[in-house]
Amino acid sequence: MTKTPLQFRHNGRDVAVFVDGGINLLVALRELIGDMTPKFGCGQGGCGACSVLIDGEVHLSCLTLAETVNGRSIETLDGLKDGPNLHPLQRAFMEQFAAQCGYCTPGMLMAAKALLDRNPSPTRAEVIEAISGNICRCTGYEPIINAVLTAATSGRARA
Amino acid sequence: MLELRKDIFADERDDNLKEIGKGTQRQDMLGHVTGTSTYFDDHKLQGMLHLKVLRSPHAHARLRRIDTMEAERSPGVRRIIRGADVPVNLNTLLSLINFGKDDEPSLAVDKVRYKGEPIVAIVADSPREAFEAMAKVRVDYEPLPAVFDVEDALKPGAPVVNDVYPKNTFVYHDVYDHQKLRFGDVERGFAEADHVLEQRYQMSPIEHAPTETNGSIAAPDTNGRYVVYTSTQALFFSLDTSAKILDVPSNTFHFIGGTVGGGFGGKVDTLTEPLAILGAMLTGRPVRYQLGREEEMQFGSPRGAERIYIKDGVMRDGRIVARKIRAYFDSGAYTRLSSYAVVKCVAHLPGPYTIPNVHGDVYCVFTNRTPATAMRGFGVTAMDFALECQMDKLAHLVGMDPMEFRILNAYRDGDMKAHRREAKNTALIECVQVAAEKAKWPLREEVKRMSSRKDGGGSRAAISPTPLEPAPQRAAVSQQRTSYDRAPPATIQQPSPPTPTPPAPPPPRPQAPSPSHGAARFSSVFGTRRR
Repeated sequence: MTKTPLQFRHNGRDVAVFVDGGINLLVALRELIGDMTPKFGCGQGGCGACSVLIDGEVHLSCLTLAETVNGRSIETLDGLKDGPNLHPLQRAFMEQFAAQCGYCTPGMLMAAKALLDRNPSPTRAEVIEAISGNICRCTGYEPIINAVLTAATSGRARA
Repeated sequence: MLELRKDIFADERDDNLKEIGKGTQRQDMLGHVTGTSTYFDDHKLQGMLHLKVLRSPHAHARLRRIDTMEAERSPGVRRIIRGADVPVNLNTLLSLINFGKDDEPSLAVDKVRYKGEPIVAIVADSPREAFEAMAKVRVDYEPLPAVFDVEDALKPGAPVVNDVYPKNTFVYHDVYDHQKLRFGDVERGFAEADHVLEQRYQMSPIEHAPTETNGSIAAPDTNGRYVVYTSTQALFFSLDTSAKILDVPSNTFHFIGGTVGGGFGGKVDTLTEPLAILGAMLTGRPVRYQLGREEEMQFGSPRGAERIYIKDGVMRDGRIVARKIRAYFDSGAYTRLSSYAVVKCVAHLPGPYTIPNVHGDVYCVFTNRTPATAMRGFGVTAMDFALECQMDKLAHLVGMDPMEFRILNAYRDGDMKAHRREAKNTALIECVQVAAEKAKWPLREEVKRMSSRKDGGGSRAAISPTPLEPAPQRAAVSQQRTSYDRAPPATIQQPSPPTPTPPAPPPPRPQAPSPSHGAARFSSVFGTRRR
């Protein structure tokens, strides 16, 4: 099968891979780049565990054809912290106990980051809207919402 | 008393274990928020193959022929696994504790008994090539009549779901087609009651829907063993089950797990490990077997549906004097853990209430539905739903406040439970009082003063005369020995010693098993104490 060359930025680094036609971005990231932070939950856009940012916007990597991200910038949870320093969202998730099994957490954090990047002072309703595509089956939504609001507050305090 | 040399670690840890209210951090939280927690699927192994399973589209069908010729030649296919390739292709999960008969194949051979049942496993270089080969497998099905309703399954002439249990019920102690509870005389209780209320309750199956689907990766290790990364909730249970199915000593495997992307009871069934390991054994390569979301829903067990009939006799003053329960657990096509759910359910009757006459019959029934399994309080949860709905209806019937009605009937210390054990450390009254307070629900002063520690025992500690029922005929002992019981060969072949004539009620106890692992330690599963 012919493979397609593909180049994009992955958490600030240029990467180049050859992909089979038709594979999705989730598989490309996990199996070709080796970034295991986006998770497979359903493969049909239902759960949000595979959420990544493409040029700053949150997308479901399981429904994104890998070939469509050529030349674009992808952010995943793997790039969220700054060296050894946790991102305010990560610190807030820890402090607010906003993870139980942890499987939805990468997607939740990326959806929350997309929100705070475009809206540093969201309302509670805006936070709920921003994570509405991400399912937490341990049903820890309240701590997650509180964590995002806490991160927004601490982010503003630092700025 | 074991002496612990705590002084060695005195500067590392104090003995203050008071953690409540302190907000102690989870040890895995940093991994979760940085995405470095390693789930089974986060292992990337050199040369890893992918296993996909062809599943039955029918709820009940005979398999006339399975033709894999064309699929074998499909590009990327490394191995096709059929039922005959599975060393011990019949298992039941609780056989590890000698409870129940092997009734479920890893890959169907002669029949399929529910929609989604595995038939053929395909190991290929990529998931896509496995799916392409799967489309080339030809299966000749002869559809058979199916039964989907628990009570229909018990009617004469109903299709036999699972040939191991021809009456469509799990068999307890080789005799009983259900679990019983008898305490006092419910018919006399109903005759004396001011009101009798009979209701029917029906639960649906409930899917755990973990965000991470069930799966595992098995790989040949460097020392002749196999390393298995798995999503299981029950690591050693899955390890032993795999050892039994693959007929190898359990030290053949090194299971690695513990980081589970949501389980809720749905990851105790060892759904993927045996085939993943078998694939690794047959190909010499790492093999990954991960359920898709649809497979998780169709093949991964749900919480079983239950149908519950409750008939209660209640006095005008609010005392419940008789409770009769008949319930059916829908086990689906195979046992998995439903037999145990029924034992738990009967142990929970009649709910946390002191009732002098209780009668319970609970059945574990086979139907052509997806086999059911554990889920958060299974066996008790649905029964509690029914019991508490019933309590509200009874309170309404006698014109009492539902909170006060519960307090009136609650167990108190010293009361006799229907299982003929004294109630101790009871606290339902206090729970209801606190719930009422939090909900700003008015209770009368005298009810607020009631306590679990007062007014129990006495006449409430009595065991009402219980009518005797004829003991059922004991069939030949058939509690199987499996190849997993690695006892000396002579004892494997011989049936266990005959049982002494059982005394007419109380119900006969199961015979003492021939020595084997586990059975004595896990006796609570059998509902009686052994040895």
